[in-house]
Amino acid sequence: MSLQIWIWIIVGLTFALYIGIAIWSKAGSTNEFYIAGKGVNPIANGMATAADWMSAASFISMAGIISFIGYDGSVYLMGWTGGYVLLALLLAPYLRKFGKFTVPDFIGDRYYSNVARTVAVFCALIVSFTYIAGQMRGVGIVFSRYLEVDINSGVFIGMGIVLFYAILGGMKGITYTQVAQYCVLIFAFMVPAIFISIQMTGNPIPQLGFGSQSADGVYLLDKLNGLHEELGFSEYTSGSKSTLDVFLITAALMIGTAGLPHVIVRFFTVKKVSDARKSAGWALLFIAILYTTAPAIAVFARTNLIETVSEKEYSTMPYWFKKWEDTGLLTYDDKNDDNIIQYLGDEQLNELTIDKDIMVLANPEIAQLPNWVIALLAAGAIAAALSTAAGLLLVISSSISHDLIKRMVKPDISDKGELIAARISAFFAVLLAGYFGINPPDFVAATVALAFGLAAASFFPAIVLGIFYKKMNKEGAISGMLIGILSMLFYMTKFKFGWFGGGGTQDWWFGISPEGFGTIAMLINLIVSITVSNFTSQPPEKIIKLVENIRLPSDDDH
Amino acid sequence: MKNNKADIYWKKNLKYLTILLSIWFTVSFGFGVILVDQLNEFQFFGFKLGFWFAQQGSIYTFVILIFIYIFLMNRLDKFYRS
Repeated sequence: MSLQIWIWIIVGLTFALYIGIAIWSKAGSTNEFYIAGKGVNPIANGMATAADWMSAASFISMAGIISFIGYDGSVYLMGWTGGYVLLALLLAPYLRKFGKFTVPDFIGDRYYSNVARTVAVFCALIVSFTYIAGQMRGVGIVFSRYLEVDINSGVFIGMGIVLFYAILGGMKGITYTQVAQYCVLIFAFMVPAIFISIQMTGNPIPQLGFGSQSADGVYLLDKLNGLHEELGFSEYTSGSKSTLDVFLITAALMIGTAGLPHVIVRFFTVKKVSDARKSAGWALLFIAILYTTAPAIAVFARTNLIETVSEKEYSTMPYWFKKWEDTGLLTYDDKNDDNIIQYLGDEQLNELTIDKDIMVLANPEIAQLPNWVIALLAAGAIAAALSTAAGLLLVISSSISHDLIKRMVKPDISDKGELIAARISAFFAVLLAGYFGINPPDFVAATVALAFGLAAASFFPAIVLGIFYKKMNKEGAISGMLIGILSMLFYMTKFKFGWFGGGGTQDWWFGISPEGFGTIAMLINLIVSITVSNFTSQPPEKIIKLVENIRLPSDDDH
Repeated sequence: MKNNKADIYWKKNLKYLTILLSIWFTVSFGFGVILVDQLNEFQFFGFKLGFWFAQQGSIYTFVILIFIYIFLMNRLDKFYRS
């Protein structure tokens, strides 16, 4: 069967599955719409969290990025997994014990202030919107590559599907769809990885494979380092970023992960506190399967690529080389007119440019795997993009219908009314996200890093101190969040967009990149919060009781 | 009596957190970032050890840490209710 037919069949089947689940799990109350009626099994919630967390970027781009930057790619691997340890130990169980619907719920109640609540809503909206724009774009790109429609039609199809199951099922629909999406995406990611690992090293487990010997008896990584040295690239297993910057970026990604509202809200959906801890464990386990495979794919793909193209005649290139050349993601410029491909570290002499996304997408073709594997990969990439978009959508709609309308503007709204408001805001959020997907702002890539920095600089200290530091009061939290966000915004806009006089890499304070500055902004928040709290009045007795209560296991939690 | 138990519960919890988070910090920021060059002197199967911690070992440790935490806290919850 041809590749195109395989793709339509497999992608079509997965869509039918998602829609079927949505109809089966229609939400009937706000409780079901926001937090799936608190009835989600922790293992299912772990899978849903994993699918929610792993976006199109994790699925398509990450292995490719690592493939090109080697050791420096570790910041993503550690940063986007280590945050779950913080989530499980410092946030999830306590927020579940608190037991409301959203992150601004916690901030607003714990700091007995609608100002704090408003700041939190504002942050949640910015973080989620910057993220979802990238996801819709991802859906469009995947569709256009595999289904031969243009990017904009791809965005429309994606919007239609997400709209259907997010509006109908709310968190309940999203959660169970995400469970299915996790299964699709992890299967799609692992199958080619296992095949290639067997081909290259004879070991079926990619995590072990990339530390094994290839057919000629040389360790794969030693071989890759050797190839890199020969061609003038920097050594694969060593980094080129400064240790300080690697440290700070990793920390900012970890803390940002633990402060992202669409991740935190997952832990409100389980039955009890102990289940919140369990889901964090399962979520990380499910994420780790992909995250430990990605660096293996990076090494396989890199070695395969260099061996296939380096110093070979252009006319002998395999079919996939020409095919990706047509998409413009791979370009060959024969600078010295010898018809031989020079792939070198030296910009002046290098003749081959390769887009990082190819590494995962073309992997099955490079390894000559059957068509159904390639079709599976398409379904997996779409599942990754859709699941993340849906999770973000829910945070946006609940911020508006619950945090703004129910808690501040119109507290006497009925449950039915709030549910309608939630669905309407989800509808408009999809439209807005679709708009950004079709007209992506130039700074999308920059603002995704900003989203992590913002989450780290705003939510994380406010939530953790709210649980672990009884004396923390509203003055401390509000000033900390505001100064944290503003310093992050200042540094990012200065060095990313050239505001406030701009500046280049050499002007970075102490060589800290804007991505890594999230950690510094978080520390500023922490210091300001604690200092201000100590110079202003203690929180009311009622709040101290609340904190004491969330620290203990609940009575119904058996 | 209840208050006393709550105090013990919370102190134990903080102790677990300190130990587990120290390990979390050591395997990632310690072995994977600060000490990576020193550890790369050692070979671990086909990997340089520092590189392995940064791209594999730290992630495995994170998963194990959370499951240890789950086990410890479930035991502590039982003590609190007894």
